[in-house]
Parts: sequence; structure tokens; C-alpha cells
Amino acid sequence: MVQTLKKSWTTFKTIFTGMGVTMRHLLQPSVTLRYPEERDELPSGARSKLFVHIDDCIGCKLCERACPVNCIAIETVQATKDVDLGKTSTGNPKRFWITTFNIDMSKCMYCDMCVPPCPTECISMVPEYEYSEYDRNNLLFQFSELSADKVTEVKEKAEKEQEEKQRKKKEAARKKKAQKADQTSKAKQKNSEG
Amino acid sequence: MALLIFATLPLLLIVGYALFAIWLERKVSAHIQDRLGPMRVGGWHGWAQTIADMLKLIQKEDIIPTNASRFLFKSAPFVLFAASYAAFSVIPFSSAYIGSSINIGVFYLLAVTSLLTLSVIMGAWASNNKWSLLGGMRTAAQMVSYEVPTIMSVLSVLVVAGSLNLMTISEMQTGNDILGFLPNWLIFQNPFLIVAFIIFFISIVAESHRVPFDLPESESELVAGFQTEYSGMRWGIFMLAEYADMLLLSLLGAVLFFGGWASPFGSYLSGPVWGFIWFMLKGLLFVFVMMWMRWTLPRYRVDQLMEICWTILIPVSFINFVLIALWEMTF
Amino acid sequence: MAPVTSPQPAAIENRTMTINMGPQHPSTHGVLRLEVTVDGEVVTKVKPDIGYLHRCFEKYAESLGDYAKVVPYTDRIDYVSALHQEMGYVIAVEKLLELEVPERVEYMRVILAELQRIASHLLGIGTFGLDLGAFTPFLYCFIERENILRILEKVSGARLLYNYLCVGGLMRDIPTDFTSDTWEFVTSFRPKIKELNDLLTTNSIFIDRTANIGVLPAEVALNYSASGPMLRGSGVSWDLRKNDPYSIYDRFEFNVPVGQGEMGTVGDCWDRYIVRVREMEESLKIIEQALDQMPGEGDVKEAVPRRIRSKEGEVYVRTETPRGELGYYIISEKSGPYRIKARTPSFVNLSILPAISKGALVADLVAIVGSIDIVLGGVDR
Repeated sequence: MVQTLKKSWTTFKTIFTGMGVTMRHLLQPSVTLRYPEERDELPSGARSKLFVHIDDCIGCKLCERACPVNCIAIETVQATKDVDLGKTSTGNPKRFWITTFNIDMSKCMYCDMCVPPCPTECISMVPEYEYSEYDRNNLLFQFSELSADKVTEVKEKAEKEQEEKQRKKKEAARKKKAQKADQTSKAKQKNSEG
Repeated sequence: MALLIFATLPLLLIVGYALFAIWLERKVSAHIQDRLGPMRVGGWHGWAQTIADMLKLIQKEDIIPTNASRFLFKSAPFVLFAASYAAFSVIPFSSAYIGSSINIGVFYLLAVTSLLTLSVIMGAWASNNKWSLLGGMRTAAQMVSYEVPTIMSVLSVLVVAGSLNLMTISEMQTGNDILGFLPNWLIFQNPFLIVAFIIFFISIVAESHRVPFDLPESESELVAGFQTEYSGMRWGIFMLAEYADMLLLSLLGAVLFFGGWASPFGSYLSGPVWGFIWFMLKGLLFVFVMMWMRWTLPRYRVDQLMEICWTILIPVSFINFVLIALWEMTF
Repeated sequence: MAPVTSPQPAAIENRTMTINMGPQHPSTHGVLRLEVTVDGEVVTKVKPDIGYLHRCFEKYAESLGDYAKVVPYTDRIDYVSALHQEMGYVIAVEKLLELEVPERVEYMRVILAELQRIASHLLGIGTFGLDLGAFTPFLYCFIERENILRILEKVSGARLLYNYLCVGGLMRDIPTDFTSDTWEFVTSFRPKIKELNDLLTTNSIFIDRTANIGVLPAEVALNYSASGPMLRGSGVSWDLRKNDPYSIYDRFEFNVPVGQGEMGTVGDCWDRYIVRVREMEESLKIIEQALDQMPGEGDVKEAVPRRIRSKEGEVYVRTETPRGELGYYIISEKSGPYRIKARTPSFVNLSILPAISKGALVADLVAIVGSIDIVLGGVDR
């Protein structure tokens, strides 16, 4: 009996302590941010969207290799000798046309692994988070600024140059070979004469 | 025609109150939890949120589970609401308005509210869902058990008041005579009635199944208990009835212990309209306390609930009843 | 429902009922499915059914072929305490490659890990209250957790899956205001624990619901190889930070709270709960000491290898996460990882559930599952 009364008393006491706590909170201002009207400022390093300064990209594909989910797809074409693609803002010379630089943000897991390897700091996470889309395809961000015509032109040029190079190489090889053959035949002659 | 208007007034009141109370509950819970709650619909603090919700619920598809007992399933919410609505007919809203001033008002009210149990079991059984069934069984046990302490504490009041007519009970509590300034409310007339009130309050919390006694619909164990399979407006009516039930029992408490429509300042600020306002304020105060408790406390387990009822509340209410009777005989 | 006709009303048949708890149930903390056999409301048998969240962590980690790339995947094992998962893995790889990590990095890792432990315990406590019907403490806990997440977001850029630790160091430099932010949090958090105790811990209804429920005797806990608060709640003082210190945990002074059966039997739900609450206080102590001792200057990427060259060897590293002992077993070949095995505490602790929930009520079952504090990502990996 005494125990029951004691227990009832502690029950009431603890219930009222709890209710005191909630009453204090009832009178406190709330912590809610009313989202579209009020926004929390994201810290500067927040990871919410990938962005590429394509002018600074040298096409080294290090980010593509670092990505654990393969959401970055890069294709490059070597620049021909007659064009100078200039330098990046960090002073690295650019040697490749970036024909494709696609980032599939629907695959991206925001791990930030692609950012540190970049030698020119052209790929980075930006604190922008309102980019929902109804169509998944719209989440494929294409950063390459080359037009389709330009790409084919560049590719053809590069191929031509490549062919030229190949041909020159072959020619050189043939010449070399011929020279060698010539020499050996001469040497043989010498031997036979001797 | 006049009669019809007379009869639909409480219905409008209940619906209006339920819309307000659901909004209030959301606001109270939100501010207790340092949130804001609904803020957009209607402008000022989302006052139209529940109206919008109701419109949405009406539009929703009426889903009945395949193996449900269709007739019982469909009618359960209406039985529940009808029971709460019928009980309002003997509540004296003000000195000028009471649905039916019958001389067995308290008895009628307690009898009609027992129907609530029936409808909850109907819904639970008819859903053909195991969670619902568990919830329904819990409800049956809980509501039947808690009717005993409720009735015992109501009985204690009746000993002091000497009438079963709620209008008469209200009328006898007007004026400020006790100790020269306290209103003539029954709770001040007999010290043991304070104990009776505490028991009554605990019991009505249990009867309207609110936290810490919300076992029939405990969402984290039984998903939603007897409401699991309900959707759309049928679920909405369950909700409406639940809030109506809460108000009904709170108003009963106001009549029995806190003077009904009697003004706390004697004849000052009294009259039919003020009476109505005082009455609703008293009722809403209880409702607010119930909400406040709900958002503070965890929930009891079903056997603990029964233990509290049968080992604490019922013996105490019996002893208290005897003490009140003795007090009345001596003074 | 077909009407049940009983031909012989005299013979009362006692039948059990099987109910499905989950995978869509509010208190199974994710996608856990429990097959519960009940007799009335009394649980006679529980069978956990797992695998709804299986993501092939181990196989994927092996197939990546690069130790660095695995780190973001470890985050996703137990997403509530992501930093601890990273920490275990990173320490394992460092041990394999015999890398020395700078002091500053070690201190930073400890501070972050302890912050994460508090955040994780706050979630565990909050959802435990939620299972018992107390909604409000849950949101108070989340307000505090939010403060921690803000600090971690400032540091790492992400709120939940940080990927901040890397083999040999940290991914980013430590922001300048990190120390002041953390101090601010530590001072503001102490009174909140008291408030939580007032609201939930000492609440009589809460005690009624948790004391003497789901009692796990120390012997059974050891036999099931339970760890973390689950084991400490049963009165066994076993904390890897103390008993087998990794990183620099041997430099700090802190206590290992164990369950003492203050409200009932040793090893009941309340004990497991209170161990978590007290551990938060201990974590605050560690954070304070670490903040005092942390070197102010230093390059966090000093020891990070440019490319990880795999070595042949085997390594097992165990660390103390908020849920218990997390072990990484790595077999490495010249070409890369051959086997990466994660021993997660959630999985092991969950296996005790059938043993301790026999004879409980359905409502108790919810409390027991809540007190084990599983994360389904950790159970299924």
C-alpha cells in the first residue's frame, strides 16, 4: 500500500517535471526554417553539385579514374600542331580538345573523390542544391563547349595528323630499313670480295 | 424546421470544434517540439489547414480490404460518431441551450458513450487485419475497465449534487459563496472531490484513448490499431469522433467539477452567451492539457494500464466515494 | 473474414497467430522484417528476416581494386555513424600499408568520431523514445544532432555520408573556426542531457516500460558476442577504446559506463538506454581533452600517398562504433584487395533478439528492438 502510494507520487512528480520541460519549449521560439522563404546558408565547402570550369580542363582524365561510381565520362582528342589551345589559369598547357565531358548527377554519390586529384582545380563541388528534375536525362550535365561540327572537324584533323604521323613514321622506318639493308648487302659484298 | 436547426447546431459546433482542435493539436505539438506546424494554408498560422485536409479526405478513394466484412467495416465510423453526437444532447452548453434536459442526463451520457467501445471493435474486427484485431481487443479491455472508475467518480459528484440532470447540476454551481470569493463549483464544495476529479481526469484520458493510454491506436506498435485499414473520409470520421469524444468528456468534467457554464466571477460576465464562452473555455482547457500530456509522455503497456485501473484507480475511487458520503453526512 | 464456426463450444482451442512486423512498420528502424508468433499479445517466437537493404558492400569493395575508392562505400554501411565506419577501414588500410599518420590528423579523427558518437546515440535514444510513444524527446534529440551535423558539414561538406577520412590523413583541411564551433557545442550540450533526463530517463512511465524488459544476462551477451552498449548494458565493462586502444584513445581519461540495474535487473532495456546517455557525457569529456591537446598547425595530407600501392598481407582491425565492435578483415594481394570483410555490430546484436524477446508482449518487442539500436544498413551491408 505504502509502496503503491509512493510509486503513484513519483509517477505524478515525474510527469509534472516532464510537462514542465515541454511547457518551457512551448514558450520558446521555434527552430524551424521556413524553407523557400528562409534559407540556411551552406558552408563554402558544401558538396551538393559538381561543376567544371571547362576552360581549365587539360583532359588528364584523373577525375574519371578516381570516381568510384563511374559517373564522369570524358573523351579527348589530341590537338593538332597548328592550333594552340593556350594555358589554363594555373599555367598548365592544354594539349587536348575536350570533346565530351559528361557528369551524370543521377549517378553521383557526392563523395568528393574527383576533386583532389585534379591538377588544375577545374572540377569542384558547388553549394547549389536546387536542381531536381522530372526527367532523369536532364541530370546528365554536359560541360564540353565544343559544337558537334567542331568536334568532327577536330577529330578529322587529329586523325589526319595522326595518319600523317603514322605515314611519316612508316616512311622513316622503311628508309631506315632500306638503309640498313643497303649497308648489310654492301657488307656482304665486302665479305664475299674479301 | 426550427427543431432541425436546433438539432444541427451541436453538429456544426462539433465539426467546427474538431477542425479547430486538430489544428490546435498540430500547433501545440509543433511548438512543444520547437517547430512551427502548419503555416501556409489560409495565411495566418495555417488556420485553414484542417479544412484543406478534410477536402482532401473527401476526395480520396474509399478503400475496403478484400476480405473485410463490408457492412461492419463501412458502418463502424458512423456508429462511433453517432454515439458521441448523441451524447452531446444532454450537455448544457449555456443556461439557455440544452438539447434535452432529461432528469437522467448523466446516466444517459454514460450509457451512450459505452457504444464507442462497440464501434471500435466493429471496425477492428471487420478490417480483417491482425494489427487491427489486437488494437480492438485492447480497446475493449481498456474502455470497459476504465468505465468503472469514471462512473465511480461521477457518482461521487452526484452524491454532492443530488441530481442526475446536468442542467440542474450546472445551475446549482452559480455564484461565489465559498469562503467569500471562490465560485460555488462542486470541486470546491467537498475536498474529496479533488481526488475524484483526478481519477475522473485520468479515466477520461484513457477513455478517449489519448497518450499515455493510447494503446488501441498506438502507432509505433500496432501501426494504427483499429484504424489501420481505414482511409479517406471514413478515417476522417474516426478522427472527428475521437476529437468529439475528447470534447464531450472534457465538457462533462467541466459540468461536474468546474461549474459548467457558470462564470468564475459570480454574476459578473454571466448570461447565456458568456455562459457558452466560459463553458467552452473550460472544456478547451482540459483538451489542451490532454494535448500537452500527449506530447510529453510515453505510452503505458496494456497490462500496466489494466493494473493501474484495477489496483489503484478503482480501490481509491471506492474509498473516496465512502469518504465523500461521510463528509456530506457530517457537514 | 469467414465466420469462425466452432462445432464444440466446450473445447476451447488455443491457437497462436503469426504477424508480420515490417518491413513497413514504424518501429523496425528501417526495413527489418520480424516474423512474430503471438499467443494473444504474448510473443512466443521471433524470427528476424533481413536482407532488404543488401548492397553487396564486400564484393563491391573487392571489385573496385583500389583501397581509396572504398572509403565512400564504408560510409554507407552504417549511415548513422558514417565516420566510425570510415575510421575503422582507414586504420585497417594504414596498418596494412604501415603508414604513420600525423598527430593533428589523429586528434581530429578522435574529435570527429566522438561527435559522431553523440549524434548517433542521440538518434538511438530519440527513436527508442519514439518506439515507446514519446514523440517529443525524439525531436529534441534531433535539434541537438542538427548542431553536430552542422559542424561536420562545415568540416567535410556533407551532412550524413562524410567521406572525410582518407588513407593516411583527411580529405580536406580543418576549417579555422572548427575548434570554437565544437567548444560552443560542448558547452551548450551539457544542459540538454539534463533536460533529456528530466523528460525521458527518469519518467516513471518510461521506466515502467523499459525496466525488467528484454533482460540480457552478461553470460548470454558474451556467448552471442554482443558488443557496444548492448554488452555494457549487461554489466560487462568492455570498450575497445579502453581495452584495446586504437588511434590515440589511450591518451584520454574517460569512464566506461556499464548497466547496473538501477531500475530493475541488470541488462534490461533501461540499462542499455542509460549506457548510451552516459556515454554521451564521456564523449564530451574526450572531445574537451582532445580539443585542448590538438596541435594547432600541421598538414593533414602529409602522409597521404599519391597512389596506394597494394601490399601482400592480412589485417584485422576492430574499432568501437556507437553500436559496438566494428571489425574490418582485409586480405591483400599485390594487385589489390582480395577480400574485404566487415563485421558489423548491428548484425551481431540483432541475432540476440529472438533470445531475449520470448515471453514479452508485442509492445515490449518494440521496446527491445529499439534498445538494441540497430541500423539496417549495418545489418545487411
